[in-house]
Formats: sequence, C-alpha cells, structure tokens
Amino acid sequence: MIQLKVNGATRQYDGDPEMPLLWYLRDTIELTGTKYGCGMGLCGACTVHINGEAQRSCSVTLKDAAGKNVTTIEALHPAGEHPVQKAWKQLNVAQCGYCQTGQIMQAVALLKKKPRPTDKDIDDAMQGNICRCGTYQRIRAAIKVAAGEKA
Amino acid sequence: MSIEVQLITRRGVLQGMFSAGALVLGAKYLPAATDATAASWWPTVYLGIEPDGRVAIIAHRSEMGTGIRTSLPMVAADEMGADWKQIKVQQAIGDVKYGSQNTDGSCSIRDFYDPIRKSGATARLLLQRAAAQKWSVSPEECVARDHKIFHEKSGRSLGFGELAAAAATQPMPRPDELKFKTPAEFKYIGKGVPIVDQNEIISGKAIYGQDARVPGMVYASIERSPVIGGKLNTVDDTEAKQVKGVLDTVTLDPAKPPYLFQALGGVAVIGDSTWAAMQGRKKLKIDWTPGENASYNSTGFKAKLQATVRAPQKSWRNVGNVDDEFGKSGKIVEAEYYAPHLSHAPMEPPAAVADFKDGKVEVWTCTQNPQAVQQAVGSALGIDQKKVICNVTLLGGGFGRKSKPDYAVEAAVLSKKLGKPVKVTWTREDDIHFDYYHSVAALYFKAAVDGKGRPTAWLQRSAFPSLASTFSANADAGSAGELGMGFQDVPYQVPNLRVENGPAKAHIRIGWFRSVANVYHAFGVQSFTDELAAAANRDRVEYLLDLIGEPRKIDFAAEGTKYGNYGKPQDVFPVDTARLRRVIEIAAEQSGWAKKKASPGRALGIAAHRSFLTYVATVVEVEVDAAGKVRIPRVDIAVDAGQIIHPDRVKSQFEGAAVFGASLAMMGEITAANGAIQQSNFHNYPVARMNEAPFETHVHLVDSNAPPAGVGEPGVPPMAPALCNAIFAATGKRVRELPIKRTKLV
Repeated sequence: MIQLKVNGATRQYDGDPEMPLLWYLRDTIELTGTKYGCGMGLCGACTVHINGEAQRSCSVTLKDAAGKNVTTIEALHPAGEHPVQKAWKQLNVAQCGYCQTGQIMQAVALLKKKPRPTDKDIDDAMQGNICRCGTYQRIRAAIKVAAGEKA
Repeated sequence: MSIEVQLITRRGVLQGMFSAGALVLGAKYLPAATDATAASWWPTVYLGIEPDGRVAIIAHRSEMGTGIRTSLPMVAADEMGADWKQIKVQQAIGDVKYGSQNTDGSCSIRDFYDPIRKSGATARLLLQRAAAQKWSVSPEECVARDHKIFHEKSGRSLGFGELAAAAATQPMPRPDELKFKTPAEFKYIGKGVPIVDQNEIISGKAIYGQDARVPGMVYASIERSPVIGGKLNTVDDTEAKQVKGVLDTVTLDPAKPPYLFQALGGVAVIGDSTWAAMQGRKKLKIDWTPGENASYNSTGFKAKLQATVRAPQKSWRNVGNVDDEFGKSGKIVEAEYYAPHLSHAPMEPPAAVADFKDGKVEVWTCTQNPQAVQQAVGSALGIDQKKVICNVTLLGGGFGRKSKPDYAVEAAVLSKKLGKPVKVTWTREDDIHFDYYHSVAALYFKAAVDGKGRPTAWLQRSAFPSLASTFSANADAGSAGELGMGFQDVPYQVPNLRVENGPAKAHIRIGWFRSVANVYHAFGVQSFTDELAAAANRDRVEYLLDLIGEPRKIDFAAEGTKYGNYGKPQDVFPVDTARLRRVIEIAAEQSGWAKKKASPGRALGIAAHRSFLTYVATVVEVEVDAAGKVRIPRVDIAVDAGQIIHPDRVKSQFEGAAVFGASLAMMGEITAANGAIQQSNFHNYPVARMNEAPFETHVHLVDSNAPPAGVGEPGVPPMAPALCNAIFAATGKRVRELPIKRTKLV
C-alpha cells in the first residue's frame, strides 16, 4: 500500500507501483488539469509540484511518490487567482491552453526560487515546457508581471 | 451567397439548450439560386435569449487556440447591443444543420462574420419592436445598449430578458429591414474580450479530448502496422493479457486505400486504466507483413522528386514563353529547394471516447470537424451518420491533424465490439508515427535576368505527394488546391512566367498541415527571389517590390489561368499587389530595415506571401554565432487580413506562427525508412522551445475595410524563407534544404 498526499488530502494506492503519477492523477483520482503530452519528460505538460519542486509527473512512479506531498494545478489557488495565474489572464497568454497548466506550475516553482528572474533564468527554467501554439513571448512577459506583483 | 435569418419555430434541434420562454434565432445560409442545394436551408449558428436575460450563442466551430469560440459570439453580442458578461457560449455537437463545421482553412470569420452579424441585428430589431409595442412608440425611437432597450425620449428601458417572450412573437424582419452597426458603434468588434475559456484553462478545469470521461468506460491503446497498409499475420497476446489491469485484446480490420479517415487497424489492448492498456500493448507479439509501402525511403524518394523537377512537367500557369527567353543569350540563374515531411504534433495527442448503444453511438472528442466524425464513424459502423452524436471538447492544438478523425473511428468500432464505452488515447509515439503528414516537396527555379538582375523569364516547378492521395488512391500529382497555395499565384510582374508540377506517389498518409502547400511554395519562391536579388547585389526590399511590380489586381482569367483563390471570388478577394507591397513597406519600416545593416553573424531577412486571402510580410533578425547556432532576437510581421474582429487574438496567431514557422524551418523533419516513420517523440522530432523560439515578435496589423480574411495560417509561410534569407545575409550560406540544421552555417 502506497500512501501519498495530493493537494492536502492523504491517499492510499494499491495498484501497480510502477505506474507514473500522471496516470494516477488523471485516471484514478480524476484530476485532469495535469496533462499528458509525451510520457518521457520532454514536454512539461504534466508538471506538478512534489514537495514543492516542479517535477514531470509522467516520469515519477507511484513508488517514488510514496510519502510525498503532491500539488497539482487544481490546488494552486482555490479561485485560480495565484499571482502567476492572474498574470496569465492579464496578458491573455493561452491559445489552445493545453500546455498552460504545466507552464504555470513550472513558472510558480521558478518564482519561488528566483523572485526576480532574468531572461536567462526564465529560459533555463521554462525550456522544458513546450508550447506548440508558440505563446513563449507572453509566458515570459507574464512571469515578469507575476514577479512584479510579488515584490 | 446571400444570407438570411429565420426564427426557429421547431425547437427539436435545440432541446435542452434553451428554456420555453427563450427567443431563439438561427442564422441560415440561403444558397445561391444556381446551387444544387437551393431547395434546402442550412442553419449555421444559433442565438437565444433566456427570460433571465442571458444570451446564449452556440459556437459551431472548434476551439484549438485561435479564440474562435470567443470571437464569433462576441460579434453577435456587439451587433445585438448585448452585455458580454451576460453571454453564455455553448459548443455545438456535429450537425449538418449548422453548415460547415470544418474548422480548417482559416475561414471561420470570413465565412461566418456576416451570418452571425445578421443573427445579432435581427435579435436587436425584434427586441426593439417588442419594446416599441409595449410602450406604443415607434421602433426607430428604441435603442439597444448594454443588454437593454432604451426609449431615450421618455427615459424608459427594458432588459433583454424582460422582452424575450414578446420579441419571439414579432414577425421576422425582412433582410432589407436590418440595420447594422457602423464601425464607430462597435463595442467589442475590432477591440476584443478575453477568451471565454481562460479561467478554466489556467485553473486546470478545461476539458480536452484527452480528458473526456464517461461512467463505465474502459481504456484502449492500439498497436498499428509500422508501415501503412501492412497486414497482420499473427498476434500472440498471452503476455499482454497477464498484465495487471488488462481486460481484453481486440483485433481491428486493416484500412484499405484510399485511407480517408478510416481507423488504421491493428490490435487494441483494453485496460482498466490508460497505463494498463499501454503496458499490455508493449507485451503484444505481432508479426506484420509490411506490404508495398515498405519500399518508401526518404533518401531515395528525395532523389526521385529532384529528378522530377529537373524535367518539364504539367503546366499550371503559362504567360509569354519562358523557353524562348531562356534561349536568348541573357544570364540564367537556377536553384533547387527541398523541404521534408512534417508532423503536426499538437500538444494534445489525439483521443476519443465512444459509447455505442442501441444502434447509436455518442462520441466525445477533440475534433476540428465533428461532421467528419459523424460521416467516418457512421461509415465504419454501417449506421446513418445522424445516429452518430459528436460532442466537441476543446482541442489541445489542431494544426490540421484533428480534422482527420481516424482516432474517433477507432473508439467507436471498439465500443461496438465490446458493448461498453471506450476511450482511445494516442501516445505521442502514435501521434508521430501515424500522422497525416505535411508533404515532402522538391522545387526547381530558373530565371533569365536582364542587366539590372530583373527576371525576363521565370520558371518554377514543384513535385510533392498530394494530400489528394488520402482520398483517392490514384492521385499522383499536385491538386489544384495545393498548386493554388502560393505557387500558381506567384505575384510577380514578369513577361514570361511558367508554373509546373510533376507527379509524385504517396507512401504514407498525407494531410493538410497549418498553411499546407504554402509552406514549401513560399520557401522556394521567396528564397529564389532573395538569390536573384543577391546575384544582382540589390537591396532585398527594393528588389522584392520591383518584382511584384505596379499596384494591380492580377487577372488570372485573362491570361487563361484557372486559379481557385481559396474558394472565394476574385472580385471580392483579388490578388491585389498594392496590398502586398504595403505590408512589405510596413514590415521594412517597423523592423528598421534601412538602418540595420548586415554585419557578419547578424542580419535581417525578408519574405512576403499571400495565403488564405491575407497579405503578410515578415522580417526576421538573426544572429549566427561562431558555432553556427542560430538565434532570432526579433521578428516583425506586417499583416493585411482585411477587417480585424479581435486584434489581440489575431496578434497571438501571428506570434504563434512565428514560433511554428521558426520551428519547422530550424528543426522539423520526418523521415521514413523501409516504409516506417523514424521519429517518435520530441527528442527526435524536436519543436521550438522557449530558448529557441523568436525572442520577440512584433505584429503590425494594417487598418483595413476589406472583407475579413484568414489569420490562423498565413503567418507561417513567410517565416522559413525570411529566416533563411537572413542567415544568408549574415553568413553567406544559402539554405536550400529544410530543416536548416542540415546546412553547415560556419
């Protein structure tokens, strides 16, 4: 039996310990805000916070998530009003929106470490998150807006 | 085509969407009298007012990131005088009653701007008349504003909701009674509102095809023949069935050419979770006979295409006589270009849920074309397409891939076989292995030039497997649709001009991809233009304008050329060189073209291209470092797309197109070996990441009263040639083959 915390609630799991956290979140507990994009940790669409760190949930097994504290996009802010989410809205970042939950989770983790990130910091932190619609310039701008608001 | 609006009296189609007291209007196309379907009326979009004042608009087009689910309802709201906060957008299911729902070809606004304005104007007039009747005043004295009808003289007002029932009893206005707002009166059109799905997107509540779920469903992952058309000899599923959570395996019949939107066939592993199905699939032991497409190798095929374009081929446009001119003693310039297959790779791989019950099937999927889902599923199951209910989720990107619903057919076939709801989830590997690929293309150009380097004769040839091959097994050359995308319509004023296309057979499924044939045609035409300018040592902008020539509307019919013009009449949407010149001038000015002189490793490049009736000029600034690494600090795009409905969403489409175009130019390449696609995921089919994308893109929209044209695709085609032209200016290396990473730049 694996025990983990997801968005503050303690969960028990007794299925395949090798199953990636992504599919547990999406199929088992129906938190579909975390997206499947590649299954290889190449695109960042499945980014969640594990013990506060941005991680690709497609590449973390339930065995490895045991005892950890997982936060998904659904619990970032009860009303979707986290400063990063607000900045995303202010700049109309999203096009199709599919990658944006992963982008937001990654950006939140970046700002936690670097409240005033430089362009290089942003590139380094965000290059693992692909946006096929090409919203990168607005993502960069929104991160800067969020950084300003936090200050 | 004339358009009228009728009051919907039979409510069946809208059951459940509106309450009994609602005023419901439908904008309908009235086909032209000569049209074979003149007897029938085709409802396209619906608009309703609830007694509580909420206005409901049914979005019948698919949302894949363009903002169309917002922009069209916004038009209706504005024309009505409605308050945007009281609008509720509801997604339509697939139904021929709505007219075309195929969200493709950058045409949602240009095809539906007028019908939805008529819906809004009709609703407003009915509300005005209802209020006038209540107050016993003239309807002309009643004004719609902020979701209310006002009688200014007496200071009275009534809300839309209070008037809905009375408005529904008014006689339908004649089309000539409708009054449309002037641009000065627009509150939302030309200004914009945030997209309706924004809050759901940023909080993870938005539902895409991958997120669709119905009670009792099982999960399927399908192993398909690595070579299209391969036959399954034997399958051993013993180990697959031993995987925890695997419930069953199902063999699906192979598709036969033409492939259309058929399920490809293979072996489906059914599980109690996506993961179980995927794990079981890995344990299948299948023996395939690859079939005739196993002969397909990208290297050999390239040589074949190149040989084709080096010889005379079928003419698609012929002005003057290029051969006579080439026979004279002038200078001749020749060049060849090559562009590979590409995969759409939307961030959301295809997915569908289907539930077959009692001879009917309900589908939930991310599709650009729900009616194609109805047709393809109906055909596969042998049921009337009316018995296929297609619910449209949000699309995590489309780019043309999701207008081909083979994945929905897979789900429907499996649901019928298993007697329960089934979800089919494509992996990224499935997505890249079994796409309807953007076509590979070879191009050849030859020009005779005068003393100033201006062509006196221009010959261009292309060869590429046509997307028509997906629909007709005999199609083995470019179609009119493809040749009309930036090749036949090359906008140059040259006395001798010839456009040719040669045969090429498809060995994989070919499909339309954002901007379609414009991508390789613009790459060839705009690169060759730059080569001629370079040979003449002339400024690229000045040379491009010279080649386009005087402001004029190109008269294709007069020269005997049959040009399709994206299905639109040329008197309404001409190929207008004045508009093309203008975007070039704007892009040059805004990018600082005249001031930013090229230096080693840093330069600007330009390309201009009309596609989907929109004129675009793109200036790319490039830096190439000592290691040959390319960086794009800035892109300027000037756009004349006619009237702009939602400027921010239009800008975002061009910002995105700069990334998409840079991505395909720098790194996009799909290859086949022995018939199988060699790429599988983002490690070997890379797409541009933040640090590789243009650092900043500036979009300059031309203020225009011309009818609205396309915006989703036209930003892509000029990107690759503008980038390659900039690289030439910076390094002296001419990129004649995409992706750029194949050319050594230092």
